[in-house]
Amino acid sequence: MALLKMKFSQQRRVRLAQGLWLLSWLAVMCGALIFCLGVYLKIELLRRDEVMENTEIHVVPNLLMMVGLASIGANWVASRVCQDSLDASRFPRWRILLLGWYAVAVLLCCLLLAVVVLSYALQGRLEESLKVGLRNGIRFYKDTDVPGRCFQKETIDRLQMEFRCCGNNNFKDWFEVQWVSNRYLDFTSQEVKDRIRSNVDGRYLLDGVPFSCCNPASPRPCLQNQLTDSRAHYNYEYQSEELNLYSRGCRQALTDYYMGLMNSTGPGVLSVILIQMAVVMRYLQTAVEGAMALESPEGESEGYILEKDVKATYADVKAKALDLLKFAQVDPASEAAGAEEGEKADKATEKVATTAA
Amino acid sequence: MPFLSLKFNLQKRVKLAQGLWMLYWLAVIVGIILFSLGIFFKIELRKRSEIMDNNESHLVPNLLILVGMLSCGLNAFGGKLCHDSLDPQKFSKMKPMLRPYMLLCCGFNALLLLLVLLCFLMQFAVYLTLAEGLKNAIRFYKDTDTPGRCFMKRTLDMTQIEFRCCGNNNFRDWFEVQWISNRYLDMSNDVVKDRVLSNVEGKYLMDSVPFSCCNPGSPRPCIQHHLTNNSAHYDYDHRTEELNIWNRGCRQAVFSYYSGIMNSIGALLIFTMAGDVAGLKYLSTALETMADPENPECESEGWLLEKGFKETLADLLSKVKTFGRANQVEEGGTSPNVTAT
Repeated sequence: MALLKMKFSQQRRVRLAQGLWLLSWLAVMCGALIFCLGVYLKIELLRRDEVMENTEIHVVPNLLMMVGLASIGANWVASRVCQDSLDASRFPRWRILLLGWYAVAVLLCCLLLAVVVLSYALQGRLEESLKVGLRNGIRFYKDTDVPGRCFQKETIDRLQMEFRCCGNNNFKDWFEVQWVSNRYLDFTSQEVKDRIRSNVDGRYLLDGVPFSCCNPASPRPCLQNQLTDSRAHYNYEYQSEELNLYSRGCRQALTDYYMGLMNSTGPGVLSVILIQMAVVMRYLQTAVEGAMALESPEGESEGYILEKDVKATYADVKAKALDLLKFAQVDPASEAAGAEEGEKADKATEKVATTAA
Repeated sequence: MPFLSLKFNLQKRVKLAQGLWMLYWLAVIVGIILFSLGIFFKIELRKRSEIMDNNESHLVPNLLILVGMLSCGLNAFGGKLCHDSLDPQKFSKMKPMLRPYMLLCCGFNALLLLLVLLCFLMQFAVYLTLAEGLKNAIRFYKDTDTPGRCFMKRTLDMTQIEFRCCGNNNFRDWFEVQWISNRYLDMSNDVVKDRVLSNVEGKYLMDSVPFSCCNPGSPRPCIQHHLTNNSAHYDYDHRTEELNIWNRGCRQAVFSYYSGIMNSIGALLIFTMAGDVAGLKYLSTALETMADPENPECESEGWLLEKGFKETLADLLSKVKTFGRANQVEEGGTSPNVTAT
C-alpha cells in the first residue's frame, strides 16, 4: 500500500515536470538572494569591525553564503532533471543522483534552520562584543594622535550620526570619560585646573557630549555643554528635554540593525520552497519510472512518496541497514552444513584410497 | 545606384535578423534602466525640494520616464519584427507596418537628442534654483515654529551632514543671519541685549555655526562658537584651521551631485541612440528584393537608401515642393484631357 498514491496521465506528468522546472528556477533565484544577503551582512559587519570586540557573529553570514551557493547548484541540477524527465532515454542517468539530491535538500533545510536559530542565539554574544567595542571606542575617542587609534574619533562620530545614537547605553556614558584631549586643554586656566584636581584620576570630565550626538530634528540649536545644569541655558529643563540629543544608545541601535538584517525572511522562504520541491520531485520520479515500466509510455502511471507505507518502509530500511552491517560476519548454520559436506567428501576419498590400495 | 548596398545570402540574412533581435532586446533593457533612472532622479529632486525653494523643474525626469516606457515598447515591437522577418508569411503581414515604424523610430531618436540637450542645459537652472533655495533655507533655519518651515532646520542640517558642506558659499554665510530663534534667547541678559542693539536690524548675529557644519575627521572636538576669535580657544588659529568645519559650500556640493546624475543620464541616452534603425532598413530591403520569393536560399541586396544620397535629397525636396503646390493652379498649361478632344 503506497503512501499518498496519485495517478498521473502523460498530460499530468508533463505539467508536473514543467511546474517543478519553474519551481526549481524560483529556488535558484532564492538561493542567489540568500547568497547576496550573506555577502551584504558580512560587508556590514566588516564595516563596523572597529566597534566589535570579537568576530563570532561572522558564522551567520558565512553559513548564509555557503547555503546560497549550494542551493543554486542543487536547484540547477533539479531543473536539469525535470528537463530530462520526459525523455525516456535521458532520465535513467539521473536516477542514481536523485537519492543524493534528496539528501542534499534535507541538509540545506537543516542548515537554514540552523542559521535562523543561530542568529537568535548569538544575539547575546553580539551585544557583549558591541558593549566592549563601544566602551573602548569612547575611551579612545580623544586619542587622535596615537597610532592605531587615530580614527576612533571619526569612526564613533560617523557611527553616532548614521545610527542616530549617542554613547554606549545613553548619552551619560560621555560624562564618565575624558573625551577632550590634553593637547587642547589650557592648563594655565583656573577652571581647567579645578576640574582636573576635583577628579581622583586627574581626568578632565565634563557634562558635555560631542557634536555627533546632536539631533537635527530638535527645534532648538543643539546644546552640547553643561547639559545637567538647567540654569546654564535659557528655557532649558534637563529632565524634560527629549529632542536635543539622540536618546538611544549605540549598542541598542547596532544590535537592532543587525538583528533586523539577519531575521529577514529569506532563509524561511527558501527552506519552504526546498521542502515543496522535494515532495514534488519524488512524485515526478516515481511517476516517470512507472511510465517507463509500462508497455505504452503514453499511458497512466502511479506516483507516490513511499512505495510501501511508513511501517513497512521503516522495516525494509532497517533490514537493509542490518544486512549491510552483517555482510562481513560468517553465518554459523551454513558453516556447519558446509563442514558436514566436507567430512562426507573426505570419507569418500578415504574409501576410494583404501579400495585402490 | 543604391546608397551603401550590401549583398545578403540566406546565412547572412539569418545572422542579421538574429543580431538585430538581440540588439532590440538589449535596447529594451536599456529602456527599463532609463525608466528607473527617471524615477530615481525624480525622487532625489523631491527629497531636496525644500532647499530648492520648492520650484525645481521636473521636466527632465518626467521626459526620461516617458522615453523609458516608449523605448521599451518600440524596441519590443522591433524585436518581434525581427523574429517574424524570416518567416515569409508573417513578414508579408508585417510589411505595411515597417515604414511607419521606422519613421516612429527616427522621431524617437530626435526626442532622445532633445533630451540629451535638455540634460546638459537644465544644469544651469538647477544651479540657480539651488543658490536661491539655500539662501532662503539659511534664513529660515530658526523658524521651527512657523508652519511650512518647521522642517527647514532638519533638512538643512541633514543636507550639511550628508554632503559635507557648510553654508551657501562657505561657512561665513552663517555669520550674516540670525539662526537662533528668539524663543531661546534670554532677552533680559546684558550680553544678548548688547548684541541685538549693536545690529541695525536688531538681529542676534554671532560668529558661530550650527553643529551640522562640524567635520568628524577633525582631530579636535568641534569648535562651533567664536570661530573668528583666536583667544577664545586654546591653541586655535582660525586662519590656519582647516579640518574643524567643512570648507565647501553646500551650493557647490549639491550641484556637483545633481550634475553628476544628469551627465550620466545624458551619456546613457547618447549610447541608446544606436543604429538599430539602419539595421532594420537593411533587413527589410534584403527581404523585399528577393528575386524568387519561393526559394529562401536566393541572394538579395539590401541598402540604406534606394538612390544615392544627393538624389534622395533632391527627390525629397521636389516632393515637399509639390506638396506645397497642391492647391495652386498651373499657369499656361491646359490639361491633357482637353487637348485630346
